[in-house]
Amino acid sequence: MKIKNNIAVSDNGFVFNPASGESFTVNQVGLDILNMLRKGEKQETIVQQLSEKYQADTAVIERDFSDFQAMVKQYHLHQNEE
Amino acid sequence: MKNKKRLTIAVTGLNAIDSPGPGVAVIRGLLEARDFDCRIIGLAYESLEPGIYMHDLIDKTYHIPYPSAGTEVLYNRLMYINEKEKLDVVIPNFDAELYSFIKLADKLKQAGIHSFLPTMDQFEARQKVNLPDFGKKYNIHVPRSKAIYTVNEIHSLEDEYGWPLVIKGKYYDASLVYSSDQAKTAFNKISAKWGLPIIVQEFVHGTEYNVTGLGDGLGNTMAVVPMRKQYITDKGKAWGGITITDQKALDLTAHFLKSTKWRGAFELELMKNKAGEYYLLEINPRIPAWIYLAVGVGQNIPEALTKLALDWPVEAFTTYEAGKMFIRYAWDMIVDLNEFQQISTHGEL
Repeated sequence: MKIKNNIAVSDNGFVFNPASGESFTVNQVGLDILNMLRKGEKQETIVQQLSEKYQADTAVIERDFSDFQAMVKQYHLHQNEE
Repeated sequence: MKNKKRLTIAVTGLNAIDSPGPGVAVIRGLLEARDFDCRIIGLAYESLEPGIYMHDLIDKTYHIPYPSAGTEVLYNRLMYINEKEKLDVVIPNFDAELYSFIKLADKLKQAGIHSFLPTMDQFEARQKVNLPDFGKKYNIHVPRSKAIYTVNEIHSLEDEYGWPLVIKGKYYDASLVYSSDQAKTAFNKISAKWGLPIIVQEFVHGTEYNVTGLGDGLGNTMAVVPMRKQYITDKGKAWGGITITDQKALDLTAHFLKSTKWRGAFELELMKNKAGEYYLLEINPRIPAWIYLAVGVGQNIPEALTKLALDWPVEAFTTYEAGKMFIRYAWDMIVDLNEFQQISTHGEL
């Protein structure tokens, strides 16, 4: 999944979609995920890095990551992949 | 340093209240104009319009007659004001007064007072009662609606449109209603204030967006700024908003301007449904009250409109800053009774 290029994400977790005018706040984990998605990291890499950083089970991280992806889609923050 | 021409510009809509007229915001734009200096003459209908007492923005204010008095009475009053103030441009900002100002535009121009308004045909075509035909003609999605003259006609639309319904006045006011009783109450309340017909409109679920801009009358976009309402008052007015970049809204506006050859300022009220489709709810044929946001993001529409009125060369704005917000606020002014007395009794302050 790729995040749209025009989505602005600040260091403190404020997310702004300039096309719709919607804004959101994410916590540190959400911010880490968004930044890694923006860099084009793959799901396995993201889950692995989060698991190491937060010392959490990969199964838990995978589930949370999946939930987060669903929200990203719901709010149209992702690029439509052909 | 460039010697800027000093213009005298008359502006209406000084009612900076909870459902504000655009006048004060228009004046703020004019005072920040790059290409001219200006002296502002306020035109007010009521003695308690706050703009009258904002002496840092407005040099002098005159009462003008309500549109119901007729165009001749308005013309005579404007000629009296012109004799004293030598007006260069007039910017009317109320829907209800536009008919008179459009009708008088040529006569006023002969007296040296310029304006840049929609044509009478454009003004009539976008009336709420004509909006369905407008949508068909220009291939723009508009919600289904019907103009009605009796409260019983609402029943026939309940099944067709479903609940809720939007009950709208000819010029102003709109209520969202969820039952026959609420619909009847809204019909009676709005028709008592604004007359008939009442427009019953299908409700489109979604997010509200507004676009303001300026057309040169030849089909070109001179200015365009879309905004998402962030905070809406109980009267449906934006109390806060943010500029956005939605390409669909920009394309729709360009299509509107090109196909109608719109002349003058405008505001499009749009609803974006879940499928991402835009519905045109209303076309306001004038500058909106939130125009200072457009000025703040780089498109001084009041200045550009003034220049178009005077036949000065105007370059179209091509950019604006997205993600800038406006937040409106209320402010209590302390006013000497003498000032209120002066405008109430003499019609000038």
